[in-house]
Amino acid sequence: MIVAEQKSLEEIKNLIADMEKVLVVGCGTCVTVCFAGGDKEAGILASSLRMSTKLDGSTKEVTHITVQRQCEWEYIDPIADQINDADVVLSIGCGIGVQAIAERYPETVVVPGLNTTFLGLPTEQGVWEERCAACGECILGITGGICPIARCAKQLLNGPCGGSQNGMCEINPDTPCAWQLIYDKLKSQDRLHLIMDVQPPKNWSSSRDGGPRKITREDLRLAVEDSE
Amino acid sequence: MNLTTDAPIQIVAFCCRYCAYAAADLAGVLRLTYPPDIRIVQIPCTGRLDTLEVLHALEFGADAVMVAGCLEGDCHFQRGNIEARTRVERIKEILSQIGLEAARVEMFNMSSAMGKQFAEAAQEFAERIASLGPSPLRDSTYEIKAEFEM
Repeated sequence: MIVAEQKSLEEIKNLIADMEKVLVVGCGTCVTVCFAGGDKEAGILASSLRMSTKLDGSTKEVTHITVQRQCEWEYIDPIADQINDADVVLSIGCGIGVQAIAERYPETVVVPGLNTTFLGLPTEQGVWEERCAACGECILGITGGICPIARCAKQLLNGPCGGSQNGMCEINPDTPCAWQLIYDKLKSQDRLHLIMDVQPPKNWSSSRDGGPRKITREDLRLAVEDSE
Repeated sequence: MNLTTDAPIQIVAFCCRYCAYAAADLAGVLRLTYPPDIRIVQIPCTGRLDTLEVLHALEFGADAVMVAGCLEGDCHFQRGNIEARTRVERIKEILSQIGLEAARVEMFNMSSAMGKQFAEAAQEFAERIASLGPSPLRDSTYEIKAEFEM
């Protein structure tokens, strides 16, 4: 899932400073699960902004609404009336959601209420950790299900660096060395041969390094009707 | 809703059904006095405490919010009151960011037999809030402009 954190109230207030009517738009998918931008958080942020701006002497009219997902047109089209009624949309969806609203409503001022950080999972309640770098060329099949692109600070492909100490990464003593994890996992499954081949330098063109990515599935596209 | 600056201090008290609400009820049975402007809301457990409901209470007229649950270790639902304490700390942080005094929300623990202690806690909290003064959100008039859905 996409993991994000809410910006500080101070930063958010600066983003909506000149606006009178604010619509906080929450998202019911990833940011709900990481407690950053769901319906409850939207309500809390709206109430906080109403109180805070009143105390500042510049009362704003702040309402909130939450959609199932901000990243699909079908879910953000039905709230057109609320969006058009607002001076600014404060989206607390991930960066994708903010941009979807901005693209679908080109005349609307849209600002982000979250900092979108990484792709990860909740390892325990209240803790989320990065797991995937969306590199476009997944090698989890040969690394025992542990990703060295997302979890190794140096994104190495052929084993740990010399800084790995007691199974921990040299950049942070709380970060496990990804290659230690890979080695231990494959050893326990008697599959160490998978990492014996030397991997060549990674072709990063499938990753963000190759520019913004796009996938088209012609078999899924709607047939265009012949116009009269 | 219209609040004048000279209205008495208004406090909303979220009380758990099993202990704090029972303690408040006992205070009533014992005819103990405590400030009348404490409005009690029964919740099944303080673990049910909703951050948004506390913020709405403060936004729409309360000067302070009291949260009262079972003694720690004795929660009817195991650890609801422990969760509530963490949540109250989080609410205090939010209040500081908003510009309200963190002392306007407070957690209390008591057993259902502690009617006297409920009255004392209510009295002490009301006096503490009275010295803080009415909520700065109060105005000579405060019109609720925003529509909201709970």
